[in-house]
This record gives sequence, C-alpha cells and structure tokens, in this order.
Amino acid sequence: MQVANKQNTAEKMVKDAIEKAKCCEKYNIFTSLNEENALKRAREIDEKIAKGEEVGPLAGVPYALKDNFLSYDGATTASSKILEPLKAPITATTVQKLEAAGAIMIGRTNMDSFAHGSSTENSYFGPTKNAYDETRVAGGSSGGSAVAVAKGIVQFATGTDTGGSIRQPASFNGVYGFKPTYGTISRYGVVAMASSTDCIGFFANSASDIDLLMQVCSGQDPNDMTTLPDYYGKQTNAASGDLRDRRGARIGSVPVTTGDATGAPEVALSACPEKIGIIKDFDLTKIDPAIKNAFDAKLAELKDQGHEIVELTMPALKYALAVYYIVVPAEIASNLSRYDGIRYGYRHEDAKSLDNVFSMSRNAGFMPENKRRIMIGNFVLSSGFYDAYYLKAQKARTLIIKEYEKAFEKCDYIITPVSPSPAFKLGEKTNDPVSMYLEDVMSVPLNLAGVPGLAIPAGRTAPTDTAPEGLPVGLQIVGPRRSDKNLLEFATKITKKEES
Amino acid sequence: MEKITSTEIDHLAELSNFLLTEEEKASLHGDLDSIIGYISQLNELDTEGIEPTYQTFEMENIWRDDEIKAQEANREALLNLAPEAQENQIKVPKVL
Repeated sequence: MQVANKQNTAEKMVKDAIEKAKCCEKYNIFTSLNEENALKRAREIDEKIAKGEEVGPLAGVPYALKDNFLSYDGATTASSKILEPLKAPITATTVQKLEAAGAIMIGRTNMDSFAHGSSTENSYFGPTKNAYDETRVAGGSSGGSAVAVAKGIVQFATGTDTGGSIRQPASFNGVYGFKPTYGTISRYGVVAMASSTDCIGFFANSASDIDLLMQVCSGQDPNDMTTLPDYYGKQTNAASGDLRDRRGARIGSVPVTTGDATGAPEVALSACPEKIGIIKDFDLTKIDPAIKNAFDAKLAELKDQGHEIVELTMPALKYALAVYYIVVPAEIASNLSRYDGIRYGYRHEDAKSLDNVFSMSRNAGFMPENKRRIMIGNFVLSSGFYDAYYLKAQKARTLIIKEYEKAFEKCDYIITPVSPSPAFKLGEKTNDPVSMYLEDVMSVPLNLAGVPGLAIPAGRTAPTDTAPEGLPVGLQIVGPRRSDKNLLEFATKITKKEES
Repeated sequence: MEKITSTEIDHLAELSNFLLTEEEKASLHGDLDSIIGYISQLNELDTEGIEPTYQTFEMENIWRDDEIKAQEANREALLNLAPEAQENQIKVPKVL
C-alpha cells in the first residue's frame, strides 16, 4: 500500500485519484464523488505529516466505498431509488476504522441495487462496464468497487459479499477480492441484505494489502453482536475455545504497524507444504476453457512448489445454490420490509392512503430483481411452503457446513474457480434470472458455511476485438473458518511470482 | 413442481407490499416459476434427522450491561430523514 508522505502528499494522491475517476466516467463506476471533503481530509493529513505527528497505517490512501455503506460523507443510495440518497445519521464501523487509519473516501461505487445481482446491471444508475471490455459486465454486486481498483483509480475499495459479490467481480476485473469469515468485520452501518451471510470485505491489488485492511477493520463491535473477537490474536485453523471470554478491539483502536495487532502470541502458520483440496463434485467440463486452463496451471504450479493435492467429495455442495436462493431471499424479504416510505427514503408522490404509501413507494422504489427476491422470500416463508422450502434449506445448509468441516480435516485450503465463465456480455443474462443466479454456483457455498475465500487473478482469455488484452479469469482459495490471516499469507506466498 | 397460480402471485404481492401492474405480474409470474423450479431440486436431498442451521458464528448469549448510552443518531437527525414531518412527529396520510 502506497501511503502519503512529505514527498507524495495525501492531497496529490487524492487529486490523482479524482482525476482518474473523472477520466473513467464511461465505465459508470461511481454513484457520487466525494471531491471536496476528500481534499479537505487530505490537507489535514498532510499537515499532520508535516508536523511529524502520528498518522495511521493508511495515511492519505484514497479509497472507494461501495454505496451500501452509511457514512457522514455524502449520501447512501445502495444504487436504488427507494433510499433517495440517504444522508445517514450514523457511520458504518468499517468507515470509521478506515478513516481513523487515515484512508480517504473519494467516491461511492455503483452496485446491483441492494446488492441483488451478479453483474451490476440491476443498478438504478445503469450498469458498470468491465475494466477490460466495455461491452461486458463488471460482475456484481460490488461491480463499481472492482472496476475502481482494476482501473487504478484507488488502491483499495470496500465491498460486501453475500454470495460472491466481492469475489466474482474481482475475478471479472483481474483484482484480488476477499470475503472474510462471517463475523470478522462489523456489519454496523451497512445496508442489510441477508444477515446470516452478509460479509464486509475488500478489493485490492495484492493479498498482503488485504491483510493490512483486515487488521485495520476486523474486530468485535458492540454495535454488531455477530462480530468475532480478536482477528489477529486467534488464528488457529479450528474455531475452538470459548470465544465469549475474549475481548475484541474497540472501534477506533487501530494498529499502527503491520503484524500482530493485539499483542497476543502469534500462532504459527500450519506447516508447509500445504494440502490443497480440489472438489471432485464440481463439473469442470462445463467451465470456460480459459478458466479450466488457469485452474490446471495453478494446480501444477502448487505441485511444483511441493504442495500436495487432495481430492474431496462434497456431494451436498451441488445443492448450495438452491439453498442460497431460499435462505437469502427469505432474509431479504424480512430485511427489506423496513423500506416503507414512512421514516426515510422515497415516498410516492401520489400515495393518498397509508396502504398506498407502502405499496406505491415500494413498487416504484425497488428494481425488478429486488421484487423477485422479496417475493421468493415471502413465498418460501409463507404458510404451506415454509417446511418444504425454508426449513428444508436450513437443514441442507447444515449438511453443507459439515462437508466443509470434513473437507478441512483432509486439507488446509480448497481451490476452485470463482465463476464458470469470464465476464459475460451486457444484457446477456438480464432476462433470465436463473442463468444469472448460476453465476454464483461456486461462490455461494462459502457464505452458507461462513468460511473465508479470496479471489486471485489467474491470467487472461485470448484477446478479442472488444477486449484487446483478453478478459481476466480468477480462482478462489477457500479456508476453514477463522483461517483468514493464514489464508492471506498463503495467497501472498503463492502469488508472489505474478506480482513481481 | 407445480407451477404457482396467479392468485398466489397476488397473495405474494400483498405480502410484499407491492402495487404491481398487470404487466409486472405477468413477468414476475414467469420468473418466479423458473426460480421455484430451480430451488425445488432440493427435494432430491435427504435431510431426515438433520438439525437446521440459522447462524454460523458459533457464539450465543452475548450480554451487554443494561445501561442507557447516548446514540449516534439523535431525534432531530432521524426526524430530518422522514419524507414529511411536523411538530416533532412523522406525518403520514390519514389512517381512519
């Protein structure tokens, strides 16, 4: 991470980032820019540096914020109409921690409305275009954040990942994207989608940059009771022990150096060489040949480095997408019932009765995909269907979690493609929701089980007329719950060659 | 899997609080049919005797002290967000 100093000032870094953002307008990356406030903050940081005062580990680093984070800076839209840009009265914990570490938000990024989608085409503000091919999608739902990093506008961007929304756009745009263990980063102040699978994570240019961001942003938060304590103090491969006895870092306490932030003894990396699992149940014949080749090449490389490849059988995994599209819409239907046109956001101009305030505001304020998911959620939760769908899915979820637990008895990490194909054409899947959902077939199982996954760039497809450099392809490294730091260090080791 | 009926679509729209146009209903009907068709493949999976999962974070009963603390968002800031407010109250159309 390139931080500000006396020569390379925060003001210069922010100005450069904003200028690049403006040059990339045709990609539709940002829903709003934060130019004035960002420059003001940059000057404050430069002043501190000039005086020799302590600045955080992200001093002056411009970043992009996915537009589903609430912040005192600007207004939140979640790329929807119904939030009618919300001047939030609270600031997300992640934003507070990033700013306390010196990072500077330069703009909010486009996304699928309420993070419902895999292409950023479901945005009220129109789609974001792929960084390598303007005729193709950015991926989603955190498409704007992925393209902001891929185009070199910012060194990192925030994202949210409920079923692949960080990893898939990262792989479509050739950057790193990390979904941590569920509960590692506070969800406070982030627009809720599906509370049992939502994770906050990052896009960056390396696994080690993400490691630094995790140090800054992880930790227990009194405002999010699902947050896990001591991200850096407790790094064993099995989440054992009584977590309730441990105290987490408080908001605003930010490590100044990289490495062990909590002062707790470091747990050694599991002994090298690692055992790398591959899942036999994924049918790789249906996968784009470029991704299959990247996968095979990575396995060969890992073998060369002395790692052992272990074959895994995980038969329940093929039901993960069906489980996901029951559990997640159910949580969406519940979480999005709060948008009622009463307390905040959009209220329909013509609503004359209270019922119409609800139904007309919601109908005009949500995108078609929001409506599909809310209605599916209400379907699987409604009487007569609850047992057959929702309860059944939650039982299947138990089987999926158990399969991961068993898999990680046999291996340290699992490696899979992120998605079955590289970025698809704009409009290609918008009329077929199920084919759009199938994009997430290899990313959703992690969210159901709460395990961490890192998308890493793994080469390009052959060049085409619209993608002269080829399209990026990505792979994902999956670890057991709470293996986040080890996973990022392992990824740093195995990707070093490409970075240098 | 049986297809869902248009009565069920109306019911779901009501549960979801959407005032759908006829065109929207027709399009959502087709979409929901195909989505429900997809998720119904779960019927093949044997889940007999399996406990359902509702969360994955392995913690329970985190207690906080029963203290009143200042909130980040105050009354005025929250009222300012309402589409219509008057005399410290959120205003809505006549209910009765």
